[in-house]
Amino acid sequence: MSNYILTLGIFIVINGIVACGLNIIVGYAGQISLGHAAFFGIGAYTAALLATKAGFSFWMSLPVVIIVTGTVGLLLGLPSLRVREDFLAITTIGINFIVESIFMYVPFFGGALGIGGISRILFFGTRLREAGFLALAGSLLALSMLCSWWFARSWTGLACFSIRDDETAASSMGISPVLFKLIAFMAGTAMAGVGGSLYAHYMRFISATDFGFPVSVMILSMVVVGGMGTLWGPVLGALLLTVLPEVFRPLTEYRMLLYAALLLLMIRFQPGGLLGEYSVFRNLTRRLVGRGRS
Amino acid sequence: MLLEARDLRVSYGDVEAVHGVSFHVEEGELVSIIGANGAGKTTILNTVMGIIPSRGGSIYFRDTEITALPSHIRARQGIRLVPERARVFPLLTVFENIMTGLYGLRKSTDVPSRLSWIYELFPVLKERAKQLAQTLSGGEQQQLAIARALVSQPRLLLVDEVSMGLMPILVEKVFEVLGYLNKEENLTILLVEQNALASLSISHRAYVLETGTISIEGDAGTLREDPGVRKAYLGA
Repeated sequence: MSNYILTLGIFIVINGIVACGLNIIVGYAGQISLGHAAFFGIGAYTAALLATKAGFSFWMSLPVVIIVTGTVGLLLGLPSLRVREDFLAITTIGINFIVESIFMYVPFFGGALGIGGISRILFFGTRLREAGFLALAGSLLALSMLCSWWFARSWTGLACFSIRDDETAASSMGISPVLFKLIAFMAGTAMAGVGGSLYAHYMRFISATDFGFPVSVMILSMVVVGGMGTLWGPVLGALLLTVLPEVFRPLTEYRMLLYAALLLLMIRFQPGGLLGEYSVFRNLTRRLVGRGRS
Repeated sequence: MLLEARDLRVSYGDVEAVHGVSFHVEEGELVSIIGANGAGKTTILNTVMGIIPSRGGSIYFRDTEITALPSHIRARQGIRLVPERARVFPLLTVFENIMTGLYGLRKSTDVPSRLSWIYELFPVLKERAKQLAQTLSGGEQQQLAIARALVSQPRLLLVDEVSMGLMPILVEKVFEVLGYLNKEENLTILLVEQNALASLSISHRAYVLETGTISIEGDAGTLREDPGVRKAYLGA
């Protein structure tokens, strides 16, 4: 396989991990977030700083990255508890811009030059290049999906779902909206941190603009296109929305236009996402399964 | 006393909807608050549940003040609400909807026996256990909302306009169930209803609410004979 395809695969997988994280916040707990790239960035910067300044390997820094991103996610989730829907969207956009400008203007974070010279990942002494990296990232994606799957089946997941469906009714069932929104924020942002860490060690050079608002929009689009609240949806969305810009590459100027058109079509015809309830795919599989039964 | 509200005042913005209402519910009682549309019945119930904050007055549950507690804490103390228009969780299955009612209680509850009791009460929910709640009919959703509230063995069940939008035969059935729960299971119920006739027939006591103040209170049987009440609410 050519390196180009492998690199594309790695981006799909990293985006998939980050989108899985956002899916916990948006799809499971029903809290819109347009600032997820900030946490992707916090993960990447934490890994990059630990690697360049403290000489941490990817493996040593990964738990730190997860804890740091999750904690920051929890703290930044706090103000978001007081706002809902449109206002939550605006608040999270604000968080994204603030985090991006901190990376951009604080010299400690490399400023406008970003951070370079991040080490490659070593796996039992061998440097992970394209194929090896893809395997590692793929296993971390599998792990993230396993966590999502477990989360969706747990009591915590059920509590999050009930808040998504009807916050007032949930709180009158004894479910604390504050607690479960924060748990979802923490789990979702920690997953973004894992993606960020992989990104930093793969690109080996990062700068603030890699984690700007457009990236947040892209991640949210992946979740929406694939199917919010489904297990495979965010991964399918990551696959499509990472590959499509490449396919559309000759149309450089019109890429964003096509992106927007795709999103609008999705909202019009498949509001639940490609794998969501009542989607084409679901109906198709249901019909096939139904036929098999009868 | 299980529940007591003293001089309760509730406002929406600058408009006061409930003007100093006092009422109480004893253990084992079935009490109704009846009144016309817009009298403030739902507001009172939501304030007891903690969904709407009160502007003045106080609420006591089992002789401790709960006025300032958030609704999920009140729910854990044993107050459960069957909301107006059911408000089931549409994207969760019937079974999952029922399980949300057990949140935080599953260790102290014998879940299988509780579930079989619920399914015996509402057999249709067992048939539909794996369906999404949004696919249920209005009457089934109302039953699910009651089941979701009952599964936790509440000390006090608040029931908001359970008859709204249901066909008469279902209204009868739901009231039958509520009456049974109160009589046989000794469940304390505070009922808010526009359908005064149906609710008075199963209640011990009732309060008549008129634009945010209680105008009449008394024994349900007496109220049914009261000429004023009959004229205003029973259509006779």
